[in-house]
Amino acid sequence: MSEPYDTLAARIHERFGEQMRRVPTTCGELTYELDKDALIEVATALRNEGAFGFEMLMDVCGVDYLNYGSDEWLTNAATDTGFSRGVERQPVILDEADEFEPNRFAVVYHLLSLQHNVRLRLRVFTGTSNPPIIRSVVDIWNGANWFEREAFDLYGILFEGHPDLRRILTDYGFIGHPFRKDFPLMGNVEVSYDADEGRVVYKPVSIEARTLVPRVIRDDNRYEADLKDVNDV
Amino acid sequence: MSEIQSYTMNFGPQHPAAHGVLRLVLEIEGETIQKADPHVGLLHRATEKLAESKPFNQSIGYMDRLDYVSMMCNEHAYVMAIEKLLGVQVPERAQYIRVMFDEITRILNHLMWLGAHGLDIGAMTMFLYCFREREDLMDSYEAVSGTRMHATYYRPGGVYRDLPDIMPKYQESKFRSKRELDRMNSIREGSLLDFIDAFCDRFPGCVDEYETLLTDNRIWKQRTVNIGVVSPERAMQLGFSGPMLRGSGVEWDLRKKQPYDVYDRVDFDIPVGVNGDCYDRYLVRVEEMRQSNRIIKQCIAWLRENPGPVIADDHKITPPTRVEMKDDMESLIHHFKLFTEGYCVPEGEAYAAIEHPKGEFGIYILSDGANKPYRLKIRAPGFAHLSAMSEMVEGHMLADVVAVIGTQDIVFGEVDR
Repeated sequence: MSEPYDTLAARIHERFGEQMRRVPTTCGELTYELDKDALIEVATALRNEGAFGFEMLMDVCGVDYLNYGSDEWLTNAATDTGFSRGVERQPVILDEADEFEPNRFAVVYHLLSLQHNVRLRLRVFTGTSNPPIIRSVVDIWNGANWFEREAFDLYGILFEGHPDLRRILTDYGFIGHPFRKDFPLMGNVEVSYDADEGRVVYKPVSIEARTLVPRVIRDDNRYEADLKDVNDV
Repeated sequence: MSEIQSYTMNFGPQHPAAHGVLRLVLEIEGETIQKADPHVGLLHRATEKLAESKPFNQSIGYMDRLDYVSMMCNEHAYVMAIEKLLGVQVPERAQYIRVMFDEITRILNHLMWLGAHGLDIGAMTMFLYCFREREDLMDSYEAVSGTRMHATYYRPGGVYRDLPDIMPKYQESKFRSKRELDRMNSIREGSLLDFIDAFCDRFPGCVDEYETLLTDNRIWKQRTVNIGVVSPERAMQLGFSGPMLRGSGVEWDLRKKQPYDVYDRVDFDIPVGVNGDCYDRYLVRVEEMRQSNRIIKQCIAWLRENPGPVIADDHKITPPTRVEMKDDMESLIHHFKLFTEGYCVPEGEAYAAIEHPKGEFGIYILSDGANKPYRLKIRAPGFAHLSAMSEMVEGHMLADVVAVIGTQDIVFGEVDR
């Protein structure tokens, strides 16, 4: 961690205290988590107070933590029959559920300060409400407009106070939020031209999902936190 | 006199000045724009979601197809994010090769922009001139990677292979004479570095040609001066980056301020605009081409002197050579694991940003320790720029919309992802 980042971390701790919780650093980048109720207050301060001066919001993105840390292929032991293709799909959780897991959806903000030449990442979990909802930061950084529209389109996260929350990347009349982890990669409908009806029609997809390379998580002691520190010294 | 009411006009997606598939819904009063509502997403391919279903290395090719006029720069941000997570060291020679090709890509991109922008607002010749030089640069792409555009040349840990010692030559054909063939092949006699070096000697003269055609051209100035003015405060507020930000007078370039690879070891200047209009952004980009040329020259000089490895030696991440693989069991296992399963990246998150020709191109990777990214987010500069379209064209004439689309350097591969 370089010097400007240490200064920034100290300043944030002094100004916000427990409001901003520091996440263990990876790759020399500063990450903080905060409650969604505190977002507007903290964001306004980060932008307007000279000690922080984050005049630019580079990116806003949604994240769906539905099957974070789960793999499709157990690699601890082989069975009698050897390894299968072993694709264990996660159960689909319908969007009609009244509540989500509190840590399912998050919005990640990447801030940049030109005057201090530092970056900062904020992560805000949207809580249990369905649909997930969070306050918009468009009034603080106008550039957030389309980024929030994108997060709404792809994850169904609502941004309270957004002036024009429409879909942006998907088709007109699209149903669902395609980047959620329970939305299949190949989609739900396919489009074709029907010569008899003389128009484009939507049908359920006819192809079957395949996994070419299963998702695996391997323990690698080179990346263990305590070992890594030893190597750094 | 009859009363003129405001009406709505549809622009694109099939329109030669829409730079791909932009659909603009314009609210117009007379010929004055009141509001512009860009509809994007017609080229949406869900690159981010596709990447979540593939091992890390298999998505490098998708990066080329994001901003498909600055291919290698996209790859660069992606491999840098992976390298950050893995903590792998890139050999110096690979860093110089990357910087050289990043700058070649910047020239490629700016030539495409200049040609298309010129064509959009009436300078037909620009398009032909710019494509003449683009051809040579794409030949360099081909020599090093095998393809003219979608190179897939960068890898986490370095680049795929070293620079070739020979340039591919034109073949004999009944459509070209012996004399013409000799002329075309005369600059292809040496190595790739000789070819690029010759290009760099020639290129400043070409930029002079472009400037002769445009910089003091009365029509060009009428179409660009005081069009789409953005103040520095608004540019920052709207998340602008790259030439769009520098055109407004903000001196900010990631290559200088947060240098990556060997940008801190090459010498170049950052051009900055004054008025924040289309003309200033034009001047900034033209000067950037000259500066890129300078950087390429320095990289060539270094690369000639310093042979060495071009990819990290860690075979958990980079494949072993063919010879090693045939000879050594360990290498064979590494090779097999890499090409079937890929490598697992430690849990964590990283944001890698580069100074892409269009602005700040960032890749945010969230990894849960698997062989595929858990979440990949592409921060495309064009997306932020296009969102300010309405503000930039408000109060201008209909014809100026085209000038603003041109000056934003929009490419739909990256906006729609």
